[in-house]
Amino acid sequence: MKSLESIVENHPFFKDLEPRYLELVTGCASNVRFEAGNFIFRQNEEANQFYLIRQGKVALEVCPPNRDPVIVQTVSEGEILGWAWMVPPYNCHFDAQALELTRAIQLDGQCLRKKCEEDHSLGYQVLSRLLPIIGKNMEATQLQLTDIYGNRS
Amino acid sequence: MDNNAQDPMIPQLYEVTRTIRETHDSFSLYLNSKDDSDIPEFGPGQFNMLYAFGVGEVPISISGRAEKSGNLIHTIRNVGSVTSALSDLKRGHTLGLRGPFGSSWPIEACKKQDVVIIAGGIGLAPLRPAIYALLEQRDQFGEIAILYGARQPKDLLFTKEFETWRGKYGIQVKATVDSADREWKGNVGVVTTLIPRVSFDPIHTVAMICGPEIMMKFSMLALKQSGMSEENIFITMERNMKCAVGFCGHCQFGPTFICKDGPVFAYNKIKPFFETRDL
Repeated sequence: MKSLESIVENHPFFKDLEPRYLELVTGCASNVRFEAGNFIFRQNEEANQFYLIRQGKVALEVCPPNRDPVIVQTVSEGEILGWAWMVPPYNCHFDAQALELTRAIQLDGQCLRKKCEEDHSLGYQVLSRLLPIIGKNMEATQLQLTDIYGNRS
Repeated sequence: MDNNAQDPMIPQLYEVTRTIRETHDSFSLYLNSKDDSDIPEFGPGQFNMLYAFGVGEVPISISGRAEKSGNLIHTIRNVGSVTSALSDLKRGHTLGLRGPFGSSWPIEACKKQDVVIIAGGIGLAPLRPAIYALLEQRDQFGEIAILYGARQPKDLLFTKEFETWRGKYGIQVKATVDSADREWKGNVGVVTTLIPRVSFDPIHTVAMICGPEIMMKFSMLALKQSGMSEENIFITMERNMKCAVGFCGHCQFGPTFICKDGPVFAYNKIKPFFETRDL
């Protein structure tokens, strides 16, 4: 069986993380699993966790008032779920629901945030991995807004 | 063959032999020559000018050839007056057809290479003959990945064929949509997010992209970020094609005519114009 540290180390998000940081990160980690249909977190809840997805698929949904929920993004193996744990006011922006059996490493956001504040080098390591993902999400949202599959006959 | 048949400006009569409703706003027409003469050979990616009598003519890419009858297939999105008139055609109706015109997808250049195909919306239709050509000689190519994006699940074309492509031919097929309801269990996100999820060797890969230009632009950027070089990326362009043979100039794009020099281009050949605002 793989150790938690080895799983964290082999996830693309923490690829090439120095061993001293890996140990700090793993101290905030635990293995979790969600059955299809389980909600992992809900919009406006306090964002105290984030997840390294190892297997499965998670839908991020918005629930507009008086309308059915709309899936706006899916997150799969090798990706991360959640970044609001690092940005005040630490509230979840979406509902996250497992679309299929999903295995993940759950990282305690408060624990990791505290370690990042105590060790800014670790904070830099985490943020330099998180920011490109937030940037890509923003770019993807802009593309979705421009309706890139518009008319073509 | 009479003189008229050789004149690219004169439509030939074709009969609709079958119609298929593909999605809520797109349909396929199966066409056979009205006088039973041979249907001209076409290259994957080429297009025909379809003429709805009394309404007008539109360029439509060929989306396949019927296996048994050899009929030409065109898959069309109903977006304007001509395509609306074409959507009203039923079996036995007649239309005018000129073509095939334009350049083709580089199937030969794909041999011994991995192939990544990226399509957006109706853009899967012009790519389908290329996919069929790859399937016919499957052992000549390495990994093949088809990445397909659309607005919503109801906009996805040819979904019934995906399982055959995956199961029978070992092709990586991934579809994604911009948004979906809870019935949809697939991917949600822009098509570029699928690129890291498939396996290919960027140094030995040919990419073919078809979709709206903004989608192609961001797909190219993502492919380049993955390590692909520009000369191995091919795209198909669309402009206001009228004559289809480079006479009228309506589809001029920089120094090229989309109808004659395209619609399929190596990206590095048109890069300066592709990135020019308002061109």
